[in-house]
Amino acid sequence: MFGLATPWQLSRAGIVGMNRRNVQLIAENNPRHLYPLVDDKLRTKQLLETHGLAAPQLIGVVKQTGQIKELPGFLEPHRQFVIKPARGSGGKGILVVSGREGDSYVKPSGSTIGFEAVARHINNTLSGLFSLGGKPDVAMIESMVDFDRVFDGFTFEGVPDIRVIVYKGFPTMAMTRLSTSASDGKANLHQGAVGVGLDIATGHALRAVMNGVPVETHPDTGATLADIQVPHWPDLVRLSARCQVASGLGYLGTDIVLDRNQGPQVLELNARPGLAIQVANGAGMAGRIDRIEALLASGEAPEQPEDRADWAMEAFA
Amino acid sequence: MSAKSQLRIIVTVLLIVGFGMTAFKHFGLGFPLTPGMKETVWTAEARISFQAAGEPVKVSMSLPQGTDTLLVVDQGAAGRGFGFHIEKDGPGRTGVWQARAPVGNHSLYYRARIYRGNGTPPAHAPGDPEIPQAPIFTEDQADAADTILAEAHTFSADPEGMAIRLAQALGSDAPSPAATALFPDEPTSREEVAMIVRLLHAAGIPAHQLRGIALDEDGSNSGLQTMFEVWTGEQWVAINPATAEVGLPELFLPFQRGEEAIFEVEGAFGSKIQFSAIADEISSRRGALAASKASGSLLVDFSIFSLPVESQKTFATLLLIPIGALVVVVLRNLVGLQTSGTFMPILIALVFVQTELIPGLTLFLVVVSIGLFIRGYLTSLNLLLVPRIAAVLIVVISLYIFLSVVGFKLGFTTALSVTFFPMIIISWTIERMSVLAEEEGMKDVLIQGGGSLLTAVLAYLVMTNRYVSYWAFEFPELLLVVLAIILVIGQYTGYRLSELRRFEPLARDK
Repeated sequence: MFGLATPWQLSRAGIVGMNRRNVQLIAENNPRHLYPLVDDKLRTKQLLETHGLAAPQLIGVVKQTGQIKELPGFLEPHRQFVIKPARGSGGKGILVVSGREGDSYVKPSGSTIGFEAVARHINNTLSGLFSLGGKPDVAMIESMVDFDRVFDGFTFEGVPDIRVIVYKGFPTMAMTRLSTSASDGKANLHQGAVGVGLDIATGHALRAVMNGVPVETHPDTGATLADIQVPHWPDLVRLSARCQVASGLGYLGTDIVLDRNQGPQVLELNARPGLAIQVANGAGMAGRIDRIEALLASGEAPEQPEDRADWAMEAFA
Repeated sequence: MSAKSQLRIIVTVLLIVGFGMTAFKHFGLGFPLTPGMKETVWTAEARISFQAAGEPVKVSMSLPQGTDTLLVVDQGAAGRGFGFHIEKDGPGRTGVWQARAPVGNHSLYYRARIYRGNGTPPAHAPGDPEIPQAPIFTEDQADAADTILAEAHTFSADPEGMAIRLAQALGSDAPSPAATALFPDEPTSREEVAMIVRLLHAAGIPAHQLRGIALDEDGSNSGLQTMFEVWTGEQWVAINPATAEVGLPELFLPFQRGEEAIFEVEGAFGSKIQFSAIADEISSRRGALAASKASGSLLVDFSIFSLPVESQKTFATLLLIPIGALVVVVLRNLVGLQTSGTFMPILIALVFVQTELIPGLTLFLVVVSIGLFIRGYLTSLNLLLVPRIAAVLIVVISLYIFLSVVGFKLGFTTALSVTFFPMIIISWTIERMSVLAEEEGMKDVLIQGGGSLLTAVLAYLVMTNRYVSYWAFEFPELLLVVLAIILVIGQYTGYRLSELRRFEPLARDK
């Protein structure tokens, strides 16, 4: 009625709301002291390296404004790179350079920017413009992912990334976020990217939404979104499960990209993953969480992350 | 104990304490639950006038005493050239004026404020009062007295009943021959009471006169009235001789108990006393407050009301903030409204309280829009964060000055109230909105800015609600109830109103 669901309908559909997510999923499963591990992407990088989890290579870190003038020389050998704040939130402050044109830097959209724009971006990053609470930050420069051909035609530009929600070590729900011209190459749903729910068992597309509305095709390329089949799927799901062991977070969002040569790579981890994944999947995740809880309570839950991933791929098929 | 059950206990305790204290203040101390209720208080005044001839003068007067239903607060005594002090005198109090050598006509005043409420009746001496000595009657009276006493004794079972019977016998319109024999002339009510007391004494029953004034709702002037009190063997019971009604009337203010005169003047002549009681309407709240302060109620003594009036005003504002916080909590966690900055809307709402809604809203929009425009230019200057905010801050202050001066010249004095806006918060708001506009586009700015303003306006409407602001200030213990509600919402894991819309497609599929 009036485009509103009743709470009972949502509850029957197994939808987790923001309040439940904040109280039961995040507050009860994610100890506060673990947050810095994932909020500071520099520390996440180190964490992933320690646990031997695949991730894009770190080229360098700019920690002080004074280092900016050395940058043109430092960046010379790298034609493609991504600059991101170590403590950015909500995908803010990520600058992707996909090529060079003389002295200018080419953004994925094809527009070019001069070095002073790059310097300003880093300056803003250092002064904390993109970080939570405006705290001073550092700028990370990492290699741009050479993304797998499988997404050709499904994305406007930039890196298609796959979000897997891992609950207590069990991959629970997955989606991919495809950039659009409206999202300026960024893969955040609230910035206008397309969210495609992925079958946790197979990596096949379930349904797609853009700005909360179901879509059939990519708005820029016209590709049929239902055709998406993510390769290396079992590897990807297992990688996400291993991230839980590395981070210790009970309710974890893992952002994974597919590199053409190196397979699944962990881009970043998130201690407060959002709920849009339910919309992209067209289903609530409460039922899956209940099944995981029941399994854990029965005492028959597998210990190894890979086994947990396999259980999830079978159980949530 | 699990966090959930701990929370339940805390919430229960908070609710009980919060509502309990409120109920006590309402039922026990008489604080009204709604603003604007009126009640009557009286200013009772006794005026003693006399002529002095240079002799030392000492004037003493019995002072009014509290009852179960009336509370007496001394307002002081006046008398030019006279010293005044109060003497404790058994259960009662006596006011004493003295002067060495006054000459001419003098008037002395005693004033007291009388509130309805729980006064403290003077404690009578512990133990039973002494059995009075039998009074001596003239021979004529002795027979009549015996007759009346015998008759009263027959028609009563206890001292109280006997006193009532005596009052009826002497006060009736058609007095018995015995009663007539007691009084040669038509007696005054005072003489009548004196006789009842004497008769009771003759029967060995402790009794005394009780004199005071009867207060009136409309404040019509009433003179001194005389009643009497009789010892029942357990307590003193007041009886109205005219009606033979038992118990002190609700609005009777006693001045003196016993046979002595109500006032005494030594060293002067032509003395007179006059009583008056002026009724006055004050808000019930002020009445309850004054009454509780006077009776030393701890709850009021250790409350905001004991602070200087200026600080009380500050707290009146401060106590509204939790209400604003509650509005924000409800809108964010139950409704799901997005705001820019968690508690920024409360600060804006507080500004609206100062400036009124429409001028405040207009000023806010003007300052933020111009600020956003200028901040947009600062973007291209590549400034570090803190200097940039500082620059925005100075721009904001300049805007304040500009708006105030221009507005004032144009005749809008409301523009002056722009200074109520917290400039640091406004600067941060501008900064945040600007970043939001650059990164997510104007749509998000409008959603968050609109959400903030809507929250601020709703918080303003709630905070300025007559009842809400009254309750927040008069019953600060209701803060505990607000806290309890906020704690409950803090554990709410159900859906937000906005989610019923957001996830609606998912419910439809099923």
